[in-house]
Amino acid sequence: MAQYMFSVIYDSTDLATSEEMAAIDVFNDRLQAEGHWVFAAGLGGPDTATLIDNRGAEAAVITDGPYVETKEYVVGFWIIEAADLDVALKLAAEGSRACNRKVEVRPILSA
Amino acid sequence: MTDVDEVITRAHHAEWARVVAALTRRLGDLDLAEEMAAEAFATAVERWPADGVPPNPGAWLTTTANHKAIDRLRREAKRGEKHREALMLSDHEPPEPLGDIDDDRLRLVFTCCHPALAMETRIALTLRMVGGLTVPEIAHAFFVQESAMGQRITRAKAKIKAAKIPYRVPLREDLPARITGVLRVLFLIFNEGYLASDPEKEAVRGELTAEAIRLTRLVRDLLPADGEVAGLLALMLLIEARRAARVSAGGELVTLGEQDRGAWDRELIAEGHALVRARLASGQAPGRYQILAAINAVHTDARDARDTDWSQILALYDLLVRLDPTPIVRLNRAIAVAELDGPEVALAELDGLPLEDYHAFHAARADLLRRLGRSEESRAAYDRAIELAGNSAETAYLIRRRDQLASARNR
Repeated sequence: MAQYMFSVIYDSTDLATSEEMAAIDVFNDRLQAEGHWVFAAGLGGPDTATLIDNRGAEAAVITDGPYVETKEYVVGFWIIEAADLDVALKLAAEGSRACNRKVEVRPILSA
Repeated sequence: MTDVDEVITRAHHAEWARVVAALTRRLGDLDLAEEMAAEAFATAVERWPADGVPPNPGAWLTTTANHKAIDRLRREAKRGEKHREALMLSDHEPPEPLGDIDDDRLRLVFTCCHPALAMETRIALTLRMVGGLTVPEIAHAFFVQESAMGQRITRAKAKIKAAKIPYRVPLREDLPARITGVLRVLFLIFNEGYLASDPEKEAVRGELTAEAIRLTRLVRDLLPADGEVAGLLALMLLIEARRAARVSAGGELVTLGEQDRGAWDRELIAEGHALVRARLASGQAPGRYQILAAINAVHTDARDARDTDWSQILALYDLLVRLDPTPIVRLNRAIAVAELDGPEVALAELDGLPLEDYHAFHAARADLLRRLGRSEESRAAYDRAIELAGNSAETAYLIRRRDQLASARNR
């Protein structure tokens, strides 16, 4: 089994509509019932981000805002478990349909 | 070429995909499989001329590649390499019942043509892993730097491994869409050989069309029941049959109507026609490639261009438009309309097609306008077509037609 992160990509921080929420619930139930579920969450927008850089000898540098300004950004994510990318892509297609947003699929590297 | 060289070349064609595929399945690692297969073939080149060709070259190559892989894994195990486990991946999943289409080579084809890979990557990977072309050969074919092509293939193998692109035949419900994806890769390889899009390249490159046909034959052996696979093979054969007649000695494109039909390859035509007839006899509704093959069968059936059965061609295009109502299909249909209902009707069909940036659209308009005696408009359309055409032979043809227009006016 491999794990994948589904990043939900959108151009605003508007919350899901009630129809979208209902579809997401159905999708989440399915992920749990079929053993794919690991974790999922929505994120605050880029405006709420704070960047920390503590690689230097000095005190950590704290910067207001995201590390890069983009028109679209990650507004939430799922972590799921799947046998391979084909299974993950099918789930991601359903997730994208449910939340009505684009989804980027990336493998979580195993140790 | 000595006899042994020939045997090695033939073994390479016949066995490369089989060796890579079997090793990938055993090792769970495409990269290692490719490397060991290449080493096994290099050993054959070294040893066969002296030791003689083994009675079963394919089995010899697979065994040799296997031994090399085991040696490699042992060495790395001794060094206690961190990645050893990654190399020892095995098939944990129980094999899915795939019936008669389960073949390691088919797994290889589907993995190389996976939709999660960029199209140019699918093409490169298929030519390398299934076709057995070397990285320099593929780089040369696509006029890309060797290092860039090497990186593209390396990145693809890394993604396959990290993202776990599966090494298996897709689920039955996904199969039609995935086969369509494979056929698209094969047809793009063929087209790049048949009508190179880069003016710097030779107009027609037989090594790429031949490779595309070889790969399509392999896929057909693996999926003998699929009508579209047969259709694509027939289409390629019927186009390939006309290759020698398609570009003049002076490097100019010769249109279908003007080709020397005696220079067509009758053997390829006979094979293509047989495939088309078998599809018609199946009684199943044809897909896109089968219809295109049937259109080409009608063309190649005519001993003289004037004998072409245009009404049948138009009927086939009508079928195709229903299946695939893209502007390019409608453009080609309009060309058939011109033969039946005249250039004026055809011109009206072209009006409004969103193909302003496609050279063939302007070339078709130029030809119709010329036939209608509207020289000035025709010239403007030729100018635009020449501007947009990428293929050197096509450009030469268009320039000649445009200049004939000029001399006709001056007379």
